[in-house]
Amino acid sequence: MTGVGAMPGDIELRYRLRRENFSLDIAQQLPLRGITGIFGPSGSGKTTLLRCIAGLEAADDALLRVGGATWDDSAERSCLPTHRRALGYVFQEPRLFPHLDVRRNLQYGRRRAGHAVATDFDNVVELLGLGSLLGRYPADLSGGEAQRVAIGRAVLSAPQFILMDEPLAALDAGRRHEVLPFIERLHARLGIPVLYVSHSIDEICQLCDQLLVLDDGRVLANGALQDVLARTDLPALGGAEAGAVLNAVVADYDSAFDLSRLEFSGGSLLAPGCYEKSQVVRVRVRANDVSISLDETSRSSILNRLKADIVAIREDAPSTVLLKLRSGDAELQSRITRCSLRRLGLQEGDAVFAQLKSVSVRRSLD
Amino acid sequence: MLNDTGPLLLSLQLAAITTVILLFLGTPLAWWLANSKNRLKPALQAIVALPIVLPPTVLGFYLLVLLGPYGTIGGWWLEMTGSTLTFSFAGLVIASCVYSLPFAVQPLQSAFEVLGRRELEAARTLGARPLDAFVSVVMPMAAPGFLTASVLSFAHTLGEFGVVLMVGGNIPGETRVISIAIFDHVESMNYSAAHRLSAVLLVMAFLVLLAMYFVNRKWSRS
Repeated sequence: MTGVGAMPGDIELRYRLRRENFSLDIAQQLPLRGITGIFGPSGSGKTTLLRCIAGLEAADDALLRVGGATWDDSAERSCLPTHRRALGYVFQEPRLFPHLDVRRNLQYGRRRAGHAVATDFDNVVELLGLGSLLGRYPADLSGGEAQRVAIGRAVLSAPQFILMDEPLAALDAGRRHEVLPFIERLHARLGIPVLYVSHSIDEICQLCDQLLVLDDGRVLANGALQDVLARTDLPALGGAEAGAVLNAVVADYDSAFDLSRLEFSGGSLLAPGCYEKSQVVRVRVRANDVSISLDETSRSSILNRLKADIVAIREDAPSTVLLKLRSGDAELQSRITRCSLRRLGLQEGDAVFAQLKSVSVRRSLD
Repeated sequence: MLNDTGPLLLSLQLAAITTVILLFLGTPLAWWLANSKNRLKPALQAIVALPIVLPPTVLGFYLLVLLGPYGTIGGWWLEMTGSTLTFSFAGLVIASCVYSLPFAVQPLQSAFEVLGRRELEAARTLGARPLDAFVSVVMPMAAPGFLTASVLSFAHTLGEFGVVLMVGGNIPGETRVISIAIFDHVESMNYSAAHRLSAVLLVMAFLVLLAMYFVNRKWSRS
């Protein structure tokens, strides 16, 4: 995916740097729109990459062009200092200024952005639910509130895009829900591009449209979320994490069983919980949750059975294989044992039924 | 008592000027020491800390040589101003700055080290120039360090004796500071005058330190 010739709406970057026990070697293009996930295990270089983009870390060899403007070019010895790069940075910890109240924290970057301020203060405060916090000091905020203020502060500095470095990592599971929906809403309403670093594939699936996978300072994949997740040759995605993402529409809801029926091009799925009718949702189906059957009629507890074709069979672990399936326009993955593969005599091109045990529905795509 | 207000005021003046100069010089130095990974850092740290361990007479002796009319700094000063640095108030200020340097630099350095660069980096990504970020974020956050540095420099300069004796001597209105005046009174067996001045210094030092610890405690709670 290393296209030549950057589009004006892209971030073109190249970084090479060597540290004591770590090196980064990247040359990529990222879209300057939507939410781009940067995924990889810890120590894979995600944070270093963001810090390079922000100008907080110096690379041995660096090139950064944002929407056609050169921010960093070590060959030309030109490098914009951090404060002149129109970006927002949300760190793992909120890093709020403890001596300023929430309002003045929010205004810190806004004041320094000069005339370029486009985002309306009240609008951002409302979007992030900060109205009641404005007079408080950071010491009196919960972790989730503080992180929302940090996001608002970054947004209000009139950035061309925002870097988020695992903004939920320091929060416990309960607090994450105080922040995650706000990030979605913010992007949906303001349309500021985000580069979102995470080592949680769940967060990535919920938020991102585009995905860059890093391992050991190198890029393993870069492309549309669905395409990257459907690849079976990415050990960095984590064996158990392999899977697919489907876009579906909520057809109806059965209140007796608390199940919603979701339709997509390959058929329909039942998912627990109530969703608003005709809402577009994103469904993540993990390869481990998909089994294969040759006929439709077997009596089983499994509710979801989809017609599918086997597109490819890939080696996985010594005991298992990964099947790439096509159902309608959608791609699915299934991890089955090598033993089952042999017993059922499965081959590429076979028509089968994919059985989905548990379906996790993620987010609305508005 | 009347002729003892002179030395007291002179001491206060010397301490105030020294403190202001040291804050200006000590801040960048402390910042560099807190952030640098330079090989020369330990050497510079040792030099800064020297006045703590050296006998004031040793420090005073070298300063006397350096500031004297044949010394590097003193000779240059003589050429520029036509007067000598030794046995003058200006000379005392320079000597005090050297003498009290660690008391300004060390609290600042540890305040900067505790603070780290996190909020500074956040400020930089929000469009703040380096100096702007330092003044608007680092300085308010390191305020207790600045207070400690000011108070210790001030109090330490106030109590200075050996270095003043070597470099400044005992010229009323010019270099006769409070500690010299006390020494003088004791020499001339005027114990009651020595008592009065000593008590003033003792109470003043105590109150200043008390105020510092009190304010720092309030800050660390908020």
